[in-house]
Amino acid sequence: MYNFGFEKPGTVADAVAALGAEDAQALGGGQTLIPTLKQRLASPTTLVSLTGIAEMRGVCTGDDGALCVGGATTHATVAAEAGAYPALAATAAHIGDPAVRNRGTIGGSLANNDPSACYPAAALASGATIVTNTREIAADDYFQGMFTTALDEGEIITEVRFPVPEAAHYEKFVQPASRFALVGVFVAKYADGVRVAITGASNDGVFRWSEAEAALSSNFSADALDGLSLPSDDMISDLHGTAAYRAHLCGVMTKRAVAQAS
Amino acid sequence: MPKDSGIGASTKRREDMRFLTGAGNYTDDINLAGQAYVHFLRSDVAHGTLKNVDTSAAAAMPGVVRIFTSSDFDGVGGIPCGWQVTSKDGNVMQEPTHPILATGKVRHVGEMIAAVVADTPEQARDAAEAIVLDIDELPAMVDMKAALADGATKVHDDLNDNLCYDWGFVEENREAVDKAMSEAAHVTSLELVNNRLVANPMEPRVAVGDYARHSDESTLYTTSQNPHVIRLLMGAFVLGIPEHKLRVVAPDVGGGFGTKIFHYAEEAFCTFAAKACNRPVKWTSSRSEAFISDAHGRDHVTKIELALDADNNFTALRCLTHANMGAYLSTFAPSVPTWLHGTLLAGNYRTPLIYTNVKAVFTNTVPVDAYRGAGRPEATFQLERVIDKAARELGVDPVDLRRQNFIREFPYATPVAVEYDTGDYDATMDKMLELADRDGFDARRKASEAKGKLRGFGVNCFIEACGIAPSNLVGQLGARAGLYESATVRVNATGGLVVMTGSHSHGQGHETTFPQVVAEMIGIDADQVEIVHGDTARTPMGMGTYGSRSIAVGGSAMVRATEKIINKTKKIAAHLLEAAEADIELKDGAFSVAGTDKSVTWGEVTLAAYVPHNYPLEDIEPGLEETAFYDPSNFTYPAGAYACEVEVDPDTGTVTIERFVSADDFGNVINPMIVEGQVHGGIAQGIGQALLENCSYDENGQLLSASYMDYTMPRADNLPHMEHYTVDHSCQTPCTHNPLGVKGCGEAGAIGSPPTVINAIIDALQSGGHKVDHIDMPATPDRVWAAMQ
Repeated sequence: MYNFGFEKPGTVADAVAALGAEDAQALGGGQTLIPTLKQRLASPTTLVSLTGIAEMRGVCTGDDGALCVGGATTHATVAAEAGAYPALAATAAHIGDPAVRNRGTIGGSLANNDPSACYPAAALASGATIVTNTREIAADDYFQGMFTTALDEGEIITEVRFPVPEAAHYEKFVQPASRFALVGVFVAKYADGVRVAITGASNDGVFRWSEAEAALSSNFSADALDGLSLPSDDMISDLHGTAAYRAHLCGVMTKRAVAQAS
Repeated sequence: MPKDSGIGASTKRREDMRFLTGAGNYTDDINLAGQAYVHFLRSDVAHGTLKNVDTSAAAAMPGVVRIFTSSDFDGVGGIPCGWQVTSKDGNVMQEPTHPILATGKVRHVGEMIAAVVADTPEQARDAAEAIVLDIDELPAMVDMKAALADGATKVHDDLNDNLCYDWGFVEENREAVDKAMSEAAHVTSLELVNNRLVANPMEPRVAVGDYARHSDESTLYTTSQNPHVIRLLMGAFVLGIPEHKLRVVAPDVGGGFGTKIFHYAEEAFCTFAAKACNRPVKWTSSRSEAFISDAHGRDHVTKIELALDADNNFTALRCLTHANMGAYLSTFAPSVPTWLHGTLLAGNYRTPLIYTNVKAVFTNTVPVDAYRGAGRPEATFQLERVIDKAARELGVDPVDLRRQNFIREFPYATPVAVEYDTGDYDATMDKMLELADRDGFDARRKASEAKGKLRGFGVNCFIEACGIAPSNLVGQLGARAGLYESATVRVNATGGLVVMTGSHSHGQGHETTFPQVVAEMIGIDADQVEIVHGDTARTPMGMGTYGSRSIAVGGSAMVRATEKIINKTKKIAAHLLEAAEADIELKDGAFSVAGTDKSVTWGEVTLAAYVPHNYPLEDIEPGLEETAFYDPSNFTYPAGAYACEVEVDPDTGTVTIERFVSADDFGNVINPMIVEGQVHGGIAQGIGQALLENCSYDENGQLLSASYMDYTMPRADNLPHMEHYTVDHSCQTPCTHNPLGVKGCGEAGAIGSPPTVINAIIDALQSGGHKVDHIDMPATPDRVWAAMQ
């Protein structure tokens, strides 16, 4: 990696100030950024670590009953402490390996918006609210394509608020080498309808499968999905799976997610 | 009762204390005073004309000692190839120059263009980024058949075309094979790919060059399986350094799997640069570099045909293979698809007529060479796949078809130039079927089907030629080396021994098994025996470790040297006991006179050899040190029968291995625990090839699977649960031509397992009504799903 400066502020305000420097870069758990730096594919002047900000760490329940996760909370903490939303805790418990889960953060994952990451599916299917230092962004507005989000330069995810569904499940089919999601489907059933978000499959990043949502909203069972399929036109095609295979897996994984939702 | 010491005892590995406590001494642990570091600027295009390399800005960067380009190596030899294959038309193979740094052209992604030596690794890398390259890209030759097409862009402009050789074996049988094919009652044909692999030893390659100006001596520390081979190749053919001025040390080495056999340009560079810079020069490969610079393995595309008569006897086999050589010829690359492949095509069967044609092709990819099994897995895969397909076409049991054609009389001369000394293929088949509980398979299949899964049972038999190799034979076949092995046994005055072996351990556990043999021969504790290996200054000229040869060839040399020691100590004992030498018996570390109670201990005799006060000086010299070189009279032929049970999820194409059984015949076994570990590791790599590992290039010659994000190594959860994962070596037909009766076990698992897995997948898919008769490796979920559609 190239040389860089390092800041570890203790408050959001100090972090925002530090990120104002030219070519400064926020650092969450570093599970994507550090390997990128090691390959010399990025050269920030300053890394601003967000993991020293106490107010951005931890899991709690908000006044409206939503599960609130601080932006700098590790996957391991979510796995252990998000019992109020079991499907979210289970999702966090299966991201990467123990080393990744002990370092990686929810804010880092959502800010990066890797098209194969797990958390974007959880946030989008839950209709989560992405809270930043300046505003609140609905998940439906937040994800804007592969590695692209609504975040502005220097904007920090301080918290993510998940409405807790009646039933939910995340079903992941792993890419065999990286064990990221080749296709991951998060299904969440709320009183006002079912949301289905799919990661890993599309060239446009995480997306909602509206036909499946409509079918499941009237009949929340795997059978309701019979005959539904997604077109493969915009699916990722690579060494690990053709577009047609990914489109097929979307259906299979959605059914399995519904069958296991609790 | 299992033995607790000596031959046949599962002695715990003495080297593990060192490795597990971080006390190993790997090449990267070697840091010399004043050491500089090299960073290689490697090509990121697969094929292009190298018009200019501008190092002027880089040379001014901080810490730079010197920057090397190809012009610094004028007059230095290229990296040599150690095996010459002759085409069927009588012409020798086309052999391109293999420069240390790219000269005129770049020919694969990863080829070294320039080298920056600097005070720190970071400075070297910084400066390498400041080198400005001017490369005119040329079309990349990636696909072998495209590379052989008329008018294809030549990888090497000075060669006729991209065909390295066109080998026919046995050429005299070709017409008879064609005739048998045309007259056969049934011919089964199959086209298949043996997928390209990256070896991925845990320790990446490292080289440290050192030079002593006062004595003009060079030393290379390197991650090698065979330091003497590197010394000879690099000294004699590349740098022009006589052996007595060149020392090569391969200390603890963290896995090789073949890819550390070869002499690499990085080794020659570090040795050369240490002298040029008058400073030690170190290179440590990153994992990313390993993917694009370690020799790859396999990469064959084959059409195979099996002819049978009306009674299902095999009558002929024909194999047409394209073998990828990559951009240059790695050290033993030409031998792998030819002599290590064509000679194994008889397998365990009495096929009377066999012909194979191999076209070796240059492409703009990393050079391909031996990887665990080397040629034998390719032969076994195609043979066992076509037999399985034939059984399904004919509606006969795959086990019965194999048995019907088994070789049962030994020695057996195959039609492909080798003679099996011994074996019992029914015994390993019986043992495999018993351990695999084939009788219970139907019930297990029904249980799987009740869960919506398909279940398949696959079998496979294999034979390998190990203990390579008789030097006079391989010399006739084109080897530019002898393949004996050496050992010096030095007995100290107080009775302890040091065995200096030409074999090299990089995971095989020689430090444990070799002393077990010597200790048993003398009747002393194995702790009395120390093993020295991996240093040309400390061991006799040896050929190293590969091809499952260490105990069969290196062990035999050690036995011969120990026998010389025992003969001499008996003479000394006879003198001390005032008895006839013929009456002296050595047992449990003491010499006694037959029929008397007179005896003298091992230690008293060894002390007498160095304090020869009462000693037969008129007959024998003082001292106790003997060397033996052992050249085998034949290969050894380990064989086995494997079984695999898979479950296939028809919704996703996911294959899980539910059960795996290996029944191997390794002849006599020195340390069963280590043998089982070797087989476990080999099977893991074989399952990796069958299900997971896929080294893949795009049409521009860019490596798509260039990191662990895309190249799938087998992990613990890809293997069956230990409860259903049995490795057995109780069937033992000892080798008839080496003193220990051993055959070698290092490669068996990687040879026997890939076809077993694929045969099981086909069985599963066909049980579900899918008309699938082959699936190429790796059988990834998307491929299996696609095959079912």
